[in-house]
Amino acid sequence: MTCFHNLAYQLPMIQKADQHPAPHAQPLADDTHLLEIKGLKTYFYLFEGIAKAVDDVSLHLDRSEVVGIVGESGCGKSVTAQSIMRLIPEPPGRIVDGRILFDGTDLVRLAPDKIRNVRGNRIAMIFQEPMTSLNPVFTIGDQIAEMFRQHMQLGKKESLERAIEMLAKVQIPEPAKRAVAYPHQLSGGMRQRAMIAMALACSPEILIADEPTTALDVTVQAQILDLMLQLKQDYQTAIMMITHDLGVIAEMAQRVVVMYAGKVVEEALTVDLFDRPLHPYTVGLLESMPRLGSRTPGKDRKLREIKGMVPGLLDLPAGCSFAPRCPRAMDICQRQVPELAPAGDRRRVRCWLFPGQGDTSATTVDGG
Amino acid sequence: MQPLLTVDDLKIHFPITKGLFSRTVGYVYAVDGVSLSLAKGETLGLVGESGCGKTTTGLGILRLLDPSGGKIVFNGKDITRMTRSQLRPLRKQLQIIFQDPYSSLNPRMTVNDIIADPLRVHGLYTGSEGRDWVAYILEKVGLSPEHGRRYPHEFSGGQRQRVGIARALALKPRIIVGDEPVSALDVSIQAQIINLLIDLQAEFDLSYIIIAHDLAVVEYICDRVAVMYLGKIVETGAYHQVYNNPLHPYTQALLSAIPVPDPRQRRQRTILQGDVPSPIEPPPGCHFHPRCPRAMDGCDRESPELTEHRPGHWVRCRLY
Ligand SMILES: Nc1ncnc2c1ncn2[C@@H]1O[C@H](COP(=O)(O)OP(=O)(O)OP(=O)(O)O)[C@@H](O)[C@H]1O
Ligand SMILES: Nc1ncnc2c1ncn2[C@@H]1O[C@H](COP(=O)(O)OP(=O)(O)O)[C@@H](O)[C@H]1O
Ligand code: SF4
Ligand code: SF4
Ligand SMILES: [Mg+2]
Ligand SMILES: [Mg+2]
Repeated sequence: MTCFHNLAYQLPMIQKADQHPAPHAQPLADDTHLLEIKGLKTYFYLFEGIAKAVDDVSLHLDRSEVVGIVGESGCGKSVTAQSIMRLIPEPPGRIVDGRILFDGTDLVRLAPDKIRNVRGNRIAMIFQEPMTSLNPVFTIGDQIAEMFRQHMQLGKKESLERAIEMLAKVQIPEPAKRAVAYPHQLSGGMRQRAMIAMALACSPEILIADEPTTALDVTVQAQILDLMLQLKQDYQTAIMMITHDLGVIAEMAQRVVVMYAGKVVEEALTVDLFDRPLHPYTVGLLESMPRLGSRTPGKDRKLREIKGMVPGLLDLPAGCSFAPRCPRAMDICQRQVPELAPAGDRRRVRCWLFPGQGDTSATTVDGG
Repeated sequence: MQPLLTVDDLKIHFPITKGLFSRTVGYVYAVDGVSLSLAKGETLGLVGESGCGKTTTGLGILRLLDPSGGKIVFNGKDITRMTRSQLRPLRKQLQIIFQDPYSSLNPRMTVNDIIADPLRVHGLYTGSEGRDWVAYILEKVGLSPEHGRRYPHEFSGGQRQRVGIARALALKPRIIVGDEPVSALDVSIQAQIINLLIDLQAEFDLSYIIIAHDLAVVEYICDRVAVMYLGKIVETGAYHQVYNNPLHPYTQALLSAIPVPDPRQRRQRTILQGDVPSPIEPPPGCHFHPRCPRAMDGCDRESPELTEHRPGHWVRCRLY
């Protein structure tokens, strides 16, 4: 196994309640979710038309949970994440409808100065390309220290000490030495670690990870995923794991949300999704992924594929967006958009093949 | 049977220069003694972490980079030291498709022109015959004649990769090197492109060298696999030998790092620590020893040779 457990010390856990006496926050009742997105619509108003990048997305995240968001390129995963962080470039983008409830507050309606206090502090985000969030002209030590200065009002010296502790925490060897390195002097994996250190500096309640390992080698991906799970234990952070790799989902997430063309098409516990995928798109995704050791000599060596490709957001088909690629499409699929309807225990699916369609309450009901 | 291609002890070293007079102060040992062979109709997978020399090997084999040493024999001819003009008639037989379909296509040319241009350069198919051929190739890669009139930016990643394949295929090559041809694509599109490559191979009598950093991706397409680490091949064999019975600790780690798409399975995995060291000063002895979970006494001094462990299954490790 790994030698990650030999990191004997841990950072003192920070008392969240004392640290964030948010005056507008209502007490968190037991039956509410840590984060709940309801009917989110984020559109881009482009010259050629309106791109409905996120179109009526509802999902939630509970404390210390890892939820995976999976789907092909362009299906709206990153725009969902950017909406939560209120990082949508405006114009051309805009959140046109919906609520993002976090600790009793609707982030969609939060004033810009208030959102800055949430972003990076209580909800942090890491990206596929660390260089997008690391500043090339500052050392990584200074950048992490800045988090402590800004959000926790620590002094210069203490901030830097804490930054070095964070670097050790993400298993960067010789952290004191690396703290004075500039981002470009580190390898891709090290940069990703530095970004994680920065994201976790203020012990956020939520970590949104947007394809954090997509650009890395599988070996380094294994290191980073392992580290994330380890840190989740230590920090009790809930993680929203955005990826297009179902293997990563299987290893990391308890629950999965599958997106297609701006909509949630299926939501289930990870084990249920892999045991019995319901939506034809999920079925196709699972079948087309290459599984190590699944090829038998002499047998047909073709992989299963989903035919066709993701439709452009500006020319979506009239009914179910997946209909042009769906092997089970019916007449109604061409005409009418199916609802995201309950389909068993903690499960929802948006497809005419399943009963529950027409129950309009389904889109607002949460899955928990 | 004589292989279509044999590469013997290929070396590609990039000089590191410094100062006003470009003094050579060292070398990047990107490819440092690679030997491999490719039979007609065969697919060889070349895998390893980034920076281990896969792309450089591919470019070297196609003579798009000049070898510093070793020998490349294609179709019975030694092409290692051929001049540009000597190489010209062979160029069309040795084609490459790139990882990034976005940057490898000229944005100002229509797809028809992108495919026809190399035909013109090589004096193949001109006039209406050429147009028919381009249309035929487009259809073979799953695009319509209408697609031919469009520009690369109007296509999705998967479609652009199809255009890249069409461009290579149009010249009726013997060998296509695919440098991570599906790494940048979505899973469902990856499967389409891999299947397309498998179909085209039989129809056009192609031999492939497919470069990848993910062993899972190439399993379906390869007959044989070569695993590379820091400029050297550390293990090679038939795909079932390498996948079912990986010998080299590096191959074992690469396989074990791939996420398992089964949420019920919590695996004991060997996580490799650190990154690939710099090929400027590779570690002494076995290059892999600083990261090797099974390194033993002497691994930091003695460089193991590539030896045949079982018929066709070669490994470079002192354990065997
Ligand atoms: N700033 C923008 N202006 C216009 N369109 C945008 C903008 N940002 C995103 N989009 C569009 O919104 C859609 C969803 O994009 P998003 O980045 O969320 O996809 P994704 O699921 O994260 O995909 P990937 O796997 O490629 O990261 C895409 O069609 C994209 O082109
Ligand atoms: N033109 C070049 N000059 C100097 N170094 C190079 C050049 N091309 C590649 N390298 C170095 O050679 C090594 C192998 O590179 P490459 O073949 O691209 O690896 P891979 O394709 O396996 O990722 C890397 O360390 C890379 O930085
Ligand atoms: S609604 Fe119809 S087209 Fe859409 S996924 Fe279900 S069966 Fe297929
Ligand atoms: S030679 Fe030694 S260090 Fe190298 S791979 Fe084999 S056991 Fe590991
Ligand atoms: Mg994205
Ligand atoms: Mg490469």
